[in-house]
Amino acid sequence: MTYIAKPKLHHPSLATNKVCHTRRDYEGKISTLCAGCGHDSISAAIIQACWEMDIEPHKVAKLSGIGCSSKTPDYFLGNSHGFNTVHGRMPSVLTGANLANGELLYLGVSGDGDSASIGIGQFVHAMRRGVNMVYIVENNGVYGLTKGQFSATADQGSTSKKGVVNTDSPIDMVSLALQLGATFVARSFSGDKRQLVPLIKAAIAHRGAAFLDVISPCVAFNNHPGSTKSYDYVREHNEAVNRIDVVPTRQEIVVDFAEGESIEVEQHDGSMLCLRKLHAGYDPGNRISAMNHVQERQAQGEIVTGLLYVDPDAADLHQHLNTAALPFNTLGAEQLCPGSTVLERMNSSLR
Amino acid sequence: MKAAIAPISAINDFVVKFANVNGSGSASANELFAKAILRMGVPVSPRNIFPSNIQGLPTWYEVRVTERGHLGRRGGVDLMVAMNPQTWNADLKEIEPGGYLFYDNSKPLPASRFRDDVQVIGVPITEICNAAYSDPRQRQLFKNIVYVGALSVLLDIDKGVVEKLIGEQFKSKPTLLDANIQALQLGRDYVEKNLAHPIGLRVQAADEVGDRIFVDGNSAAALGCVYGGATVCAWYPITPSSSCAEAFQAYCQKFRIEAETGKHLYAIVQAEDEIASIGMVVGAGWNGARAFTTTSGPGISLMTEFIGLAYMAEIPVTIINVQRGGPSTGMPTRTQQADILSCAYASHGDTRHVLLFPEDPHECFEFAAAALDLADRLQTPIFMMSDLDIGMNQRLCAPFQWDDARRFDRGKVMSAQELEAGREFGRYLDVDGDGIAYRTYPATHPGKGGFFTRGTSKDAFARYSEAGSDYLYNVQRLLKKFDTAKALVPQPVVCSAGRPTTNATIYFGSTSPAMSEAIEAMQADGIHLDTLRLRAFPFPEAVGNFIAAHERVFVVEQNRDAQMRSLLINEFGIDPARLVPILHYDGTPITARFITGEISARVGAAKLKPISKDKVASS
Repeated sequence: MTYIAKPKLHHPSLATNKVCHTRRDYEGKISTLCAGCGHDSISAAIIQACWEMDIEPHKVAKLSGIGCSSKTPDYFLGNSHGFNTVHGRMPSVLTGANLANGELLYLGVSGDGDSASIGIGQFVHAMRRGVNMVYIVENNGVYGLTKGQFSATADQGSTSKKGVVNTDSPIDMVSLALQLGATFVARSFSGDKRQLVPLIKAAIAHRGAAFLDVISPCVAFNNHPGSTKSYDYVREHNEAVNRIDVVPTRQEIVVDFAEGESIEVEQHDGSMLCLRKLHAGYDPGNRISAMNHVQERQAQGEIVTGLLYVDPDAADLHQHLNTAALPFNTLGAEQLCPGSTVLERMNSSLR
Repeated sequence: MKAAIAPISAINDFVVKFANVNGSGSASANELFAKAILRMGVPVSPRNIFPSNIQGLPTWYEVRVTERGHLGRRGGVDLMVAMNPQTWNADLKEIEPGGYLFYDNSKPLPASRFRDDVQVIGVPITEICNAAYSDPRQRQLFKNIVYVGALSVLLDIDKGVVEKLIGEQFKSKPTLLDANIQALQLGRDYVEKNLAHPIGLRVQAADEVGDRIFVDGNSAAALGCVYGGATVCAWYPITPSSSCAEAFQAYCQKFRIEAETGKHLYAIVQAEDEIASIGMVVGAGWNGARAFTTTSGPGISLMTEFIGLAYMAEIPVTIINVQRGGPSTGMPTRTQQADILSCAYASHGDTRHVLLFPEDPHECFEFAAAALDLADRLQTPIFMMSDLDIGMNQRLCAPFQWDDARRFDRGKVMSAQELEAGREFGRYLDVDGDGIAYRTYPATHPGKGGFFTRGTSKDAFARYSEAGSDYLYNVQRLLKKFDTAKALVPQPVVCSAGRPTTNATIYFGSTSPAMSEAIEAMQADGIHLDTLRLRAFPFPEAVGNFIAAHERVFVVEQNRDAQMRSLLINEFGIDPARLVPILHYDGTPITARFITGEISARVGAAKLKPISKDKVASS
């Protein structure tokens, strides 16, 4: 329960990062989600990633829609401002918040119900605009909070807990994002922390809308045989195309795998993404081949994971709009109001 | 052609209506005509009556020339400039007996197409243009300036004034300037050589305009948003509000460029729909930037969920609603005041929102800037209720004013220093008794001041709560906040009849010019009314007192269901019999004739009732 206080004690030798915070400083309240819920693993990964990236915890704005996944911002980064908006509409609120102050890290957490049905329009346009954010969809193929209805990402032919068969064709948000021109597209699995944490770090560093589709099994309603989003199914059909490590500037890259098996991508801030290829020939810089690969493997029932596409030179919405450096929420009449002399000239021109 | 009755004779007091085909280039020529008369010191009040279309359908521009400054629509037409064969019959019908019909008689029409009580003035415009120009586009476009030239002689409009205006319009394009002056002269020459002039309607220089400006309400509102410090605008195109967002864009490009870097001190996003628009405004407002959207009725319907969220989560949001004919798609290019109830109580559950009612572009400027302050101070959605009549027509109004010493009222925002000093922070805690709590912007302080924003019920410290007592505390505080708003919003304007009367009238927004004229006319007829012009909701106590002081109050509004009357009854708990609805809602702007007719009939009817012995006769 969120009203049960978390103990403040921690181990004296708990490591601190470059801004003198332990991992505990990135935590939030105790989760009220079901035991074993994939979303809690994602929250843990977010905490780990923010700690490793030396993010100042209060310089984050965490926004969500409505649903089990949208409850999770309460469970990480307890000192930052959060906003649980309305169903399917987190992207617009996040965009407005970002315009007011582009200097914060914007984490948008959503679910497949929130982002692939009612919110599909806002997801689409957030990808198009390139608002600088980390967009995580915690994808379990159902509406958990309202007790188990299919969502739009549920595979055709998969069955609900009660045995109902889904007859609609699924929405694949990764393919959709690629088609829309998204500049960072990844998929992962809540149960694979080794893959997920670096992906979140890379998303944080990316300038633009970084989309992560994270399969996150719902133990209450969609973890049974017949589900294509259960722990068992995902483990059996996971096909990772690469493993990534995010290396900050000026640190030596330790190469521990054979030449020709890795790609290094320099990000706009100088940090490096080292991608170790797990699938020969996979090029995350080629949007069309990424789309092809994902669709081909999907047709075989495989779930393609990893960093699927990245454009490290992409510009974000603030750059597109050519906004001034100082956040709008710091400006006053001196900077924003043209004054009475200009107004008199305006009056003259209207006579 | 000789008219059967005496032609109308009027100086500086008549109505000219231009009937054109839209997309033909007539708009700027007609505006030139109106401005020329203004520059002669005679007030004009023009109105666009345009179809929901881009090209090829009828459009009208109705200009009331009014030395006495009656800027409301009069009703009836004295001179019809009939340039659209499609609407000939309807246009002819609209002319007052004794009026004038001006048309292009390159192909003269038979007598049966006219009326014998209307004077016909024919100028062979097409022939003139075909002779003077060979390019088909020029032949079409210059027709409009030719008829302005012709009219200037017929109505005795000062040639120099018109030429000066053309000079200003084409300052940077000398070839176009010469061509337009030439076209003007072609029209003038024809009339001077061939027709009796001036006609019974004429313009005489006067000094009745003063320092007033001539501007449309949407531009004024946009300028008000610039002056009021809006940095974020998210919008979706919809008639009749699009020109407001576009004007904001144009003003920002002029006034909000950072000198050293050339970068923008603003962000304008044309969102994918109205829901995304209001969502962006909510996000920006939550994060401390002044933000607004501009829309019309159908957009408001889409936005209601977010409006409820902003109300419950207490986020500053400014919405400019340029109202049009409803319901549903309604009449996109016609005016109404039909969103009163849907805005006052927008969203499910118990909500109440602040509404501002500007009467003209001057108040659009003032109230837009005020809305941004009120949104921050009250931490709630503020609606500025304009309409198509104000928004999309140029109106003569008092010049814009700004006090350079004025600073933005950012409301109650707790700073990092205050938090650091240990000051108690409860996001939904009433500390001053006015119902308004303190907020913090995101990223204010590393360890204090952070909280979760939601539309759900919470306690005074923003902790999620389903406890009944927490819910009651919160929603009752919201009521207290709404009460606090009464003193902060624009106050009503009250005018006394000059002699005691038990009759009164309440009105608001674009009804005002027609109302002033109607009051004058009724006074001359011995009907005296005290008047109250509403400028905002919540209604200050003065409004309730005004109603209580009269036996009968006529509530004049431009919608079918007497929405403002309902709001008054609801808020004050008044006996409905006291408030008499006077309703005009066919999509045209209300006229003084209408108001006078409706009120006089009811007052007259009352007068015929026997007066009981112990009652004082009403005036």
